[in-house]
Amino acid sequence: MPTYRELLAQTKAEIAEIGTPEAHERHGADDAPLFVDVRELDEWQEGHVPGAIHIPRGNLESRVEGLVPDKEREIFVYCAVGARSAFGAKALTDLGYTDVTSVAGGFTDWKRNGYEVATPHFLTPGQRSRYSRHLLIPEVGDEGQQKLLNSRVLLIGAGGLGSPSSLYLAAAGVGTLGIVDADVVDDSNLQRQIVHSTERLGEPKALSAKRTIEALNPDVHVEAYEERLTSDNVERIVGAGWDVIVDGADNFPTRYLVNDASVWHDIPVVHGSIYRFEGQVTVFEPGAGPCYRCLFPSPPPPELAPSCAEGGVLGVLPGIVGSLQASEALKLILDIGETLTGRLLLFDALHTTFDEVSVKRDPTCPVCGEHPTITEYVDYVQFCALAGRGVAS
Amino acid sequence: MTAVRIPPTLRGEVGGARQVDAAGATVRELLDDLAARYPALGAQLLEGGDVAPFVNVYLGGEDVRTLDGLDTAVADGQTLILLPAMAGGSC
Repeated sequence: MPTYRELLAQTKAEIAEIGTPEAHERHGADDAPLFVDVRELDEWQEGHVPGAIHIPRGNLESRVEGLVPDKEREIFVYCAVGARSAFGAKALTDLGYTDVTSVAGGFTDWKRNGYEVATPHFLTPGQRSRYSRHLLIPEVGDEGQQKLLNSRVLLIGAGGLGSPSSLYLAAAGVGTLGIVDADVVDDSNLQRQIVHSTERLGEPKALSAKRTIEALNPDVHVEAYEERLTSDNVERIVGAGWDVIVDGADNFPTRYLVNDASVWHDIPVVHGSIYRFEGQVTVFEPGAGPCYRCLFPSPPPPELAPSCAEGGVLGVLPGIVGSLQASEALKLILDIGETLTGRLLLFDALHTTFDEVSVKRDPTCPVCGEHPTITEYVDYVQFCALAGRGVAS
Repeated sequence: MTAVRIPPTLRGEVGGARQVDAAGATVRELLDDLAARYPALGAQLLEGGDVAPFVNVYLGGEDVRTLDGLDTAVADGQTLILLPAMAGGSC
């Protein structure tokens, strides 16, 4: 039987190795390989190669195929000095990975050379457990969960759409949720507004939502705004620094106000709207896609825009549309996947269909176009009233 | 015939239907055909021969404003979607 030294030497003879200067050079290249850190969790938490993924040596064989499905992908395996990574590289090769290299000298050498190091903030053991199903997804992982915990999302409305979206964003660990709603909980809300409850009747919705959310997840801080968003308070509220706005407003003046503020503050808006059995969802990302005014330059007249209070809504519909909004918000924060930017999703619960139409940026848009004509907040109630009579367009 | 998707707020004008058929080689002809058969719908949709500014019209998933407008030619199998904005959310 070989000794450890002999086994290591034998393994190193069977795999490819690279020094840290060469590995560092490739790290910054456009076709950078995937760095796989096979050290233990405590070593990883003290610092690692930026962009690397973490699979402890003991779990390497069992977890790598889930995290790196492409077996032809170029992989640089590293550990502290290059021994565990040599065995790791051998194991990956045995699993059919075709382009695996072990970084000789490992992270110790990498750090000694003064190369860039990412130091993750610690998730507490409680957080590791609470968010374990996120940590297992490569697109989220430790770094993504930290991003969520450090992120701020502003919800316009704690009603039909705001209920599911706020609950899922809170459960996901979005660290700060702002909730704007001037209403109080009414018994006709409870058929769909699941963030509230019978015992909260008469309570301000923003505070009721705050209580539910903080009971669901104490990691989440809720900033409750018991007021209606208007031109007078929009700068104070939207200007408080948000990564994403989730718009679940119930009226057109607020929709246009949220749009203009988001364009001027460069904050993406996840838009959702509902009526009876049908919902619309899209993302307005300033600079990257159209805004609400590009999509709908003017609101319909009141007789063509009944609210849910007038026309009704299937209770579960906002659950679906609001959950889609939460999903889009998480993707925007994590910068993963493909959002609904430039696409309007149309959901019909009665026939269970999803349709999609394309939404393009309007170069003549008065707010986000090439020559904006609206550059400050207007009287949005008046704007919508005039548009309804076909005066504005 | 081309399938035309009617938004919930305009279904009263077509007897409650979610989708109706219309004939025409261009978007304008489709809308004229609809207006002829459903005058109440035409009154809501059209303003001075043009589509009301608050109604978006999509053909094959594309906004006709980004195509040839009402002169956009209609191909077989395409669906026309009429879509005004909906405000509801918080309600």
